[in-house]
Amino acid sequence: MHRFANPTQFMRIANAIYPWVAGLAVILFVVGLPIALVTSPPDYQQGQTVRIMYIHVSSAWLMMMIYGIVAGGSAAFLIWRHPMANLVAKASAPMGAIFTGLALITGMLWGQPMWGTFWVWDARLTSTLILFFLYLGYIALNDAFEDSERGDRAAAILALVGSVNLPIIHFSVEWWNTLHQPSIMKLSGDGVKSSVDGAILLPLFLMMGAFTMYYLAVLVLRLRSELLAAKIRNARMSQVAVDAAVGQPAE
Amino acid sequence: MIGASKTRKQRRLYFVILGLLGLGVGTALVLTAFQDNIVFFWSPTQVAEGKVAPEQRFRVGGLVENGSVVKNGENVSFTVTDMNSSMKVEYTGLLPDLFREGQGIIAEGRIDSKGVFVASEVLAKHDENYMPREVADALKKSGRWNEGQGKGAGEAISEGLKPTSTAPAANP
Repeated sequence: MHRFANPTQFMRIANAIYPWVAGLAVILFVVGLPIALVTSPPDYQQGQTVRIMYIHVSSAWLMMMIYGIVAGGSAAFLIWRHPMANLVAKASAPMGAIFTGLALITGMLWGQPMWGTFWVWDARLTSTLILFFLYLGYIALNDAFEDSERGDRAAAILALVGSVNLPIIHFSVEWWNTLHQPSIMKLSGDGVKSSVDGAILLPLFLMMGAFTMYYLAVLVLRLRSELLAAKIRNARMSQVAVDAAVGQPAE
Repeated sequence: MIGASKTRKQRRLYFVILGLLGLGVGTALVLTAFQDNIVFFWSPTQVAEGKVAPEQRFRVGGLVENGSVVKNGENVSFTVTDMNSSMKVEYTGLLPDLFREGQGIIAEGRIDSKGVFVASEVLAKHDENYMPREVADALKKSGRWNEGQGKGAGEAISEGLKPTSTAPAANP
């Protein structure tokens, strides 16, 4: 595991998977979007409005997965001082915030025609809004300190504390009665069961796959640019040091 | 030196695990304590049991009983049921598209002097069943369709009520 603490080693693997995840993202979007938005059948109750669900559930899936990655990376950073884990968490958080925002907005757009309201303060919606604020808090804390190491540590602690919200979001629809419908996937004795018909489940899976691959591809790009930025910072610093040693004033 | 850093890492690991455990237990206790405030709606049975103060504003959720909807212009009256108890609801205003007999709904309002629940807002509760119209028709034709009979929305609602109805009554 500590082998991956080395950015060069880590990026060798990341760069190797990049063409695969990027290619899969393109293929899944090209195949999935027309099915999800055009050719799949309308729902018997919701009609065409069901198409919002393909974006909504995919975004919600990513917001949960990415928070898991941010929290896991933060834990590895706090415990083992694993710099790449921290970099992955930092690079993922803005995407997590965007997908949480997307899940909230698409949920509201669906809620108005179906429930009759954009927003209610039920357990699922409220805990999801809290997740959105956790992401924003994490991003803000990262940059809130002069000493970036301190900021990273404070943000990582916030990410870990916030991880108690993940099971709350997931089980909110089972623990309490909510306006939000229960999960469409049920884990039971004989495996995973879904209350969604196959004709609607297929585009949903395609979109969830496309979103996930998109996240992984963008994550590699963000890691690359973060590492390059760090290299430039280091080069500047050593240039300043050289200038100082030679006796020339560093502007 | 290596040993020292190893124990420091182990200490941090235990600290993080213990911290998360403590936080989890604390959160669970708080959520259990506020159980009654987190639930979004009450079932007619719970209302009948006196879980809600009579003059309080609250939400009641259940299925619209078949054949109970009476529309008079903008005024609607219907009965909401959880297959155990039921409650008469009166409402004036626009209903959500999904509102119909057998559908799960949530109404917000209060009980008036005649014992009728006067709602200021009616929301439709969508269940987790998604299917094309043809599949729904086929299910109806083959007789495996039992909407409003404890399956679908009804099941979702009665299942959603389980945790609170089995919990010890908080208010005497």
